[in-house]
Amino acid sequence: MVTRIAPSHLTARARARRSAWSGAPRSVPPPLLVPALIAVAFLVLPLAGLLIRAPWRHLAATLSGTDATQALILSLWTATVTTGISLVIGVPLAWVLARTTFPGQRLLRALVTLPLVLPPVVGGVALLLAFSRVGLIGQYLDSWFGLTIPFTPLAVVLAQTFVAMPFLIITVEGALRSADQGFEEAAATLGAKRMTVFRRVTVPLIAPSLGAGAVLCWARALGEFGATITFAGSFPGQTETMPIAVYYALENDPDAAIALSLVLLLVSVVVLVSLRDRWLRGGSVQ
Amino acid sequence: MRRFAVIAAGLVAVAAAGCSSSSSSSTPSASSSAPASGTITVFAAASLTETFTQLGKQFEAAHKGDTVKFSFGPSSGLEAQITSGAPADVFASASPTNMQGVVSAGDASNPRNFAKNTMEVAVPPSNPASVTSVNNLAKKSVKVALCQPQVPCGKVAAEVFKNAGITVKPVTLQPDVKSVLTQVETNNVDAGMVYVTDVMAAGSKVKGVTISASDNASTLYPIAALAHSTHESIAQAFVAYVLSPAGQQVLTAAGFQSP
Amino acid sequence: MTPGASDGLVVDAEVRRGSFSLTVSLAAAAGQVLGLLGPNGAGKSTLLAAMAGLTPVSSGRITLAGQVMDDAAAGTFVEASQRPVGFVFQNYRLFPHLTVAENVAFSPRARGMGRQAARSAAGHWLNRLGLTDLAQRKPDQLSGGQAQRVALARALAGQPALLLLDEPLSALDAGTRLDVRAELKQHLAEFTGPCVLVTHDPLEALVLADQLVVLEAGRIVQRGTPEHVARQPATEYVAKLVGLNLYAGHANGSRIALKAGGGFVAASQELHGEVLVAVRPSAIVVSNQHPQQSSARNIWPARLTGLTLLADRVRLDLEGQPSALADITPAAVAELSLSPGSQVWLAVKATEVAVYPRAGGQPD
Repeated sequence: MVTRIAPSHLTARARARRSAWSGAPRSVPPPLLVPALIAVAFLVLPLAGLLIRAPWRHLAATLSGTDATQALILSLWTATVTTGISLVIGVPLAWVLARTTFPGQRLLRALVTLPLVLPPVVGGVALLLAFSRVGLIGQYLDSWFGLTIPFTPLAVVLAQTFVAMPFLIITVEGALRSADQGFEEAAATLGAKRMTVFRRVTVPLIAPSLGAGAVLCWARALGEFGATITFAGSFPGQTETMPIAVYYALENDPDAAIALSLVLLLVSVVVLVSLRDRWLRGGSVQ
Repeated sequence: MRRFAVIAAGLVAVAAAGCSSSSSSSTPSASSSAPASGTITVFAAASLTETFTQLGKQFEAAHKGDTVKFSFGPSSGLEAQITSGAPADVFASASPTNMQGVVSAGDASNPRNFAKNTMEVAVPPSNPASVTSVNNLAKKSVKVALCQPQVPCGKVAAEVFKNAGITVKPVTLQPDVKSVLTQVETNNVDAGMVYVTDVMAAGSKVKGVTISASDNASTLYPIAALAHSTHESIAQAFVAYVLSPAGQQVLTAAGFQSP
Repeated sequence: MTPGASDGLVVDAEVRRGSFSLTVSLAAAAGQVLGLLGPNGAGKSTLLAAMAGLTPVSSGRITLAGQVMDDAAAGTFVEASQRPVGFVFQNYRLFPHLTVAENVAFSPRARGMGRQAARSAAGHWLNRLGLTDLAQRKPDQLSGGQAQRVALARALAGQPALLLLDEPLSALDAGTRLDVRAELKQHLAEFTGPCVLVTHDPLEALVLADQLVVLEAGRIVQRGTPEHVARQPATEYVAKLVGLNLYAGHANGSRIALKAGGGFVAASQELHGEVLVAVRPSAIVVSNQHPQQSSARNIWPARLTGLTLLADRVRLDLEGQPSALADITPAAVAELSLSPGSQVWLAVKATEVAVYPRAGGQPD
């Protein structure tokens, strides 16, 4: 028994369009479309507000009255150094978490992800307790080497690394877990020792995730505020990063705050767009 | 995205303030015929944290059915929030300048001074830099924490330095006086410029170094009910309470001077 | 059977992986191709992995060219990267981020050769396998046959002393497989060391291997030349694999009663007891009618249930007592107008019925 099927009408143009899409859905079902639009609104409206309310006409003048240049340069280079450090020490940790087993591993993983959920100011206080001149480690750094960390750009980098590195570690660990270890086996049979396998096979194969993790890390470091201001303090040229500058400007001169925010937005968009195609597609090379 | 944390934080703070003020209230109109029962939000300078929290509790005890919620922060920041439309009912500022800003924006009228504060140098209990007077702060080896220059405690500190004829290069400019205090409490700096009331409130966590009367500067604290308040009568009642002998007693006990 | 030459591969070990256990004792001489046959789960991949050093043996030893690779008792273990072993994986595992040339140069470089030297070594192997034109391509731009050759070149470029191939042709379509198989045979012949090749395909085993070892459930159930194994399969699996008709039965003189029904008359008169009967598909004559006055001693009716086209013949799947596989020419299929459902008569000469005792024949 065949139930009657009522075909829908497809014009020639609709046919052409469908075959051009080669299988991709031609429209979004409403139960998905509506929440998706709401999500878009959430993300776009504040940005739109920023762009609409910007003091476009006297942008340059507004910016020149702020610590904009110093703060931007400081933010950019500290975020980049943070990402560099995170890559150098974070990727090996991600490898250890993904590829080995040892007692207490779950605890270690939880500790590593703790900065992700910890309020940044709490992170700042924790850093103080460790690295201030009376801190756990800081006191020895101070008495042995005369090295004081707070109020220096080094402190800014430390604060940023503390909050941003977990993003990189989690991303890379995930990629390593889902990567096909068959290639690494093949490399071993071809005579590659473990570090060679890591260098020539493992890392290149997770390159997209590595890039995405690095971008996330950089972005998080760039926007870091709470831990920085508590641990590193804030002083123009030394430790006043863009987010802090925006916060202070907000009290003084809202137009300046908007101008600074625009600069930060522009820089971030440029970085993300230039990296997007290469890195943010995520996952690993198959 | 953390990049916009600042703006977002501002918006969220505004929204939270708004939510908290309207969450339990059932009265929409801002007329004097509104029943005297509801929640008001008070924006107060950071240096008023301990005293106003206590005043809030006492006010609630005396006015059954009313709740007072606080948002403490730097007066300049609070001014900016109020003039951008944050739904607050009362503003207590650590400087007449910030109150003036709110008044000029049409968000308040008739401010009254309710307290005066002077500055004191706060040092960690161990006084690592052996600070004995405000002049020591000019030494390059002394690490000093100050408030941001546009925040009242920053402005007053600048006045103090002018009076004392010294130039001080701080290692950090903090958003408000309480975070300056934190830097001192954690022994991260050798000294911080805070109010007399802050040193008292911190108890044994910091030691105070008095500033001579000739060097010291003071700031007046005005308070006003805000024009767009939805609980005008309660707001006015709170303002009145702060100015009343009962309120003044709390302030004096904490180290404030009368205006 | 004593494991052979000391210049080849000698495995006398047990490998345990989880709850699975594999016990083998075999040898492959230099220049010899050892075919490893067996159903899924028999342990072929485990055995290859142990030979390659990807998994240690639980007990026993593996030696290659006289050198100990793995000795459980002595605690000696040579890492995979240190063993002179070339491995061609079933799905090739060509590094997707490297070009063909870089893939082939990987082993020389990993073993310490400089970049230039490795590049020219790779060039030599690309040339030998006819891959020079593809040198700059990435693996995802290669056809199956090309990828297979690159995988082989990559394994050989490392100058291995032992070559392991895991189902090297299974990922290819039937047509490509024929060509590649012939090429592979040539390359394997040129390889001077021992070679172990895992395969499912009987034709592949017959063509490529010099010696066959059949694994089932972690044990060797038969070994010998491909012809011998095909002619005297010890188990159902092998019989099915090479397409032999294998039956269990009870012999009484020259008559054998088959467990599955029906019976055979064999030429031999000496057998008694439990036996295995083997009849080659090509020995069965198919007719539309009952043959009259034939020399065949075994004639029975059957129904055609399926046809499979093999290289040069058609294999018929016939249901009857007993059921059987029969190979005839395509012309014959047409002449007899055979199609599924056709009723036919099968005839087998008694001299074509191979009978041997149930315990399984062990070769010389």
